[in-house]
This record gives sequence, C-alpha cells and structure tokens, in this order.
Amino acid sequence: MLPARFDYETASTVEEAIDAKVQGGDETRFLAGGQSLLPMMKLRFASPAKLIDINRINGLDKIERRDGTLHIGALARHADVVASSETFGAIASAAPWIADPLVRNLGTMCGSVAHCDPEGDWNSVLLATGADVVARGSHGERTIAIGDFIRDFFENALADDEMVTGLRIAVPSARSGGDYQKLERKIGDYATVGVAAQIELSATGAISKAGLALTAVAPINTKVADAETVLIGNQPSEGLFAEAAEIAAAACSPRDDVRGSARWKRRVVAAFTRRALAASTQQAQAQG
Amino acid sequence: MDITININGAEHEASIEPRRLLVDHIRTEVGLTGTHIGCDTTSCGACTVLLDGTPVKSCTMLAVQADGRSVTTVEGLKTAEGLHPIQTAFSEEHGLQCGFCTPAMMLVGAALLEENPAPDDDEVRWAISGNLCRCTGYMNIVKAIQAAGAAVTAADAADGS
Repeated sequence: MLPARFDYETASTVEEAIDAKVQGGDETRFLAGGQSLLPMMKLRFASPAKLIDINRINGLDKIERRDGTLHIGALARHADVVASSETFGAIASAAPWIADPLVRNLGTMCGSVAHCDPEGDWNSVLLATGADVVARGSHGERTIAIGDFIRDFFENALADDEMVTGLRIAVPSARSGGDYQKLERKIGDYATVGVAAQIELSATGAISKAGLALTAVAPINTKVADAETVLIGNQPSEGLFAEAAEIAAAACSPRDDVRGSARWKRRVVAAFTRRALAASTQQAQAQG
Repeated sequence: MDITININGAEHEASIEPRRLLVDHIRTEVGLTGTHIGCDTTSCGACTVLLDGTPVKSCTMLAVQADGRSVTTVEGLKTAEGLHPIQTAFSEEHGLQCGFCTPAMMLVGAALLEENPAPDDDEVRWAISGNLCRCTGYMNIVKAIQAAGAAVTAADAADGS
C-alpha cells in the first residue's frame, strides 16, 4: 500500500522543524517513529500534504533524571524506555507492553502521547503518574499538564506551530510504586483492558498520593479521580483496593466488541485495579 | 528525492518519491525479494530488516528515512565463507515450513544473538513476538535460534577467541 503523495522535509534542529511547520500549515505533520502515522497514511485515514522528519535532530533521544524530574526526549524510542534504568513504577512496568519489539525499536513515547489514540497505553500511564508535555512553538516553549494535553479522540492541545520536544515527569520522592496491567489478545494488539496505577506511601504507611487511569474502556484514556480520593489518606488493604476497583469499574464505559463484552471488561477493570494497586503497594513497601 | 542506502554492504543510489516504503524500495528498485510483504499493516513482521543492526518493519518506514543508513536483508546474512550460522541452524532444526516468515525470523534471531548469545526459551519468544508464523512452527524456530547461538559460542571457543 502506498500513502497518498506528500512533500518530505528533514529538519536538523527543533527551530527548523517549527519553521517548516509554520510554512506548511495545518496539513503538515511531524514524523518521528511513524509507527502509528505511517499505517494510517497507508490506509488513507491520514493524508498530510507534508511530512517533517524530525529523526535527524540531535539530542532529543535522551532519558535522564535532573533535579527530581524524569526527562524523556521526543526521539526516545519505546525500546529506549524499556532499557532505561532511569524510569520508575508504572512507566517501567508498561514499557515492555507497548506494541511489539519491532515497533518499539522505531516508535517513540512522545509520538504515542501526541497521537492521542484513545486506546494507546502511554497516556493512561502518564495520567496515573502525572506528567507535563513540553511543547515548543514559534513563540517559545510551554508545558502542558497531561490531563489538559489530551483533548479528545486523536486530538491534543498543541497549537499549529508547536511540536512536542519531551516529557517531564516528577520522580516520586517518598516510598512509591507503580504498575500497568494490560490484557491483549496477542502481542502488538490494542489493549482489551489496561489499568495504570502509581502510589506513594507516607511515613506511617498510609497512601499519600495515588494515580489511577484506564485504557480502552472509554472513548478516551480515563483518570479515575474518585478512586484516587478514596485511596489517599488510608492504609493500603485488600478492602480499600476492592473499593477503588468498584469505583473504577463504574467509572468506565466499555463497549461490546470482538475483544469481549462490556460487562466482562468492567470486571477485568475491577480485577486489574486491585492487582495494580497491590503490586504498586508491594513495590513501595519493599523500599523500606 | 535522491537517496543512498547501504544495503548488505553495497551503496545503492536512487531517485524516488518520498512516499515509497522501504520494503518496496528493497524489493522493486534494488531487486532483493527475500524481504517479504505479509500483512502490509505493521502486524506480521515478515518485512523485517536490520536498520543499522536493529530489527524494524520495513513496511512501516519510508525509504527516504533510510538515506545514509545501513540496511541488512536476509540476502546479507551469508558471508564469503558460506551460510550464516542462523541459516545453517534453521536448516538443521527444521526452523521453517512454508518459509514466508523465515527471512524475518532469521534476522530477528541474528540480532538477538548479537546481544545475547545464549537466550532461554522466554527470551527468544519475547524477541520474536513481533513476528508471526502462520504455519505456527514456533517450536523449531525457537530451537533453531538457540542452536545458532550455541554453534557460534562453540566455534568461538574452538578458535580460542
């Protein structure tokens, strides 16, 4: 299959890429890993007039911790995230479950985030951990909280002249843990159900921070704020996790489809929420 | 657009449309048909090539993106001395049935062995989890990749290297 015709330009700096985007207008797309964009172009679901290849920009592929913040560059591939020792919790847990090994070698984490596929895994993970998306445009740089960045189904909050240059994620200071539970029919398929959890424990062992988000069981990635509220301030226990799990199951709106019935998916959400919270707590408690 | 890609050690210059996929370029322009097109939708991995040594799906990459880079296809596995150990192992362990997924399986296997010469079953299965074998001949594919690793390790030991 051939994509429709387009103009192709390579950028060697972020400034060049932004200039090219300004000149190209809104029918212009950035090309990073291309593992979502190119399949869509081949199926003619997307037909951009121009692609700006950002793969040759130096320095955007880093994954590093600075001043208590995890920085993930726009060209860090999923495979780099899997291999990195700088990640933590739900991010480290989810990375090996993104697509398949070949796609992980080209696809980028930031590209997935910007793509805003409602069934993508990363945006749920980041809703659970909290994250800022760093965007650069012709008027400079700004950061957008992940909850504001995800606008809708395949829609992000970037302006026409902006590109994502990276992610900033606060590294938990206290005892913390995170987990991503994903059910998929086969490696590389979309999640049937995904649940991301990230928690922190206080000195008394109570949950001081909690993040919980769901993949593929609602029209967009869903943060379950009510469940987070129930968790915070309480000692972790099976009963507490079960309560959070029922809130999560009630908060989603899965559909009947080839992957399973809505009713069954809701039960998977509940089971995965319990498991993800238990695994996160175990991780945090093991930290002393 | 004018591009130059090093394919299996030889520089290939071409003038192509940006929308040309790497797999089509390799098969049609360069004439190397060992790289297969299976699903053409980023699912099956039959089109796997090594890009600077890393396995990627060549149906999900533009040929212009490979400008200035090195690509290894299945045709690049064999050396002046003969078959690559992974090719010998696939033959000896019956690691193929219809053969359609085989070039990709061998390239993924060769890349895995570069990093991990003695992978266990789970490590091999994880590495090939982006590649489908519709004959479902996975058992012997896993055995063949492990046998190739063992053969290389034994040969290195015999060389004293």
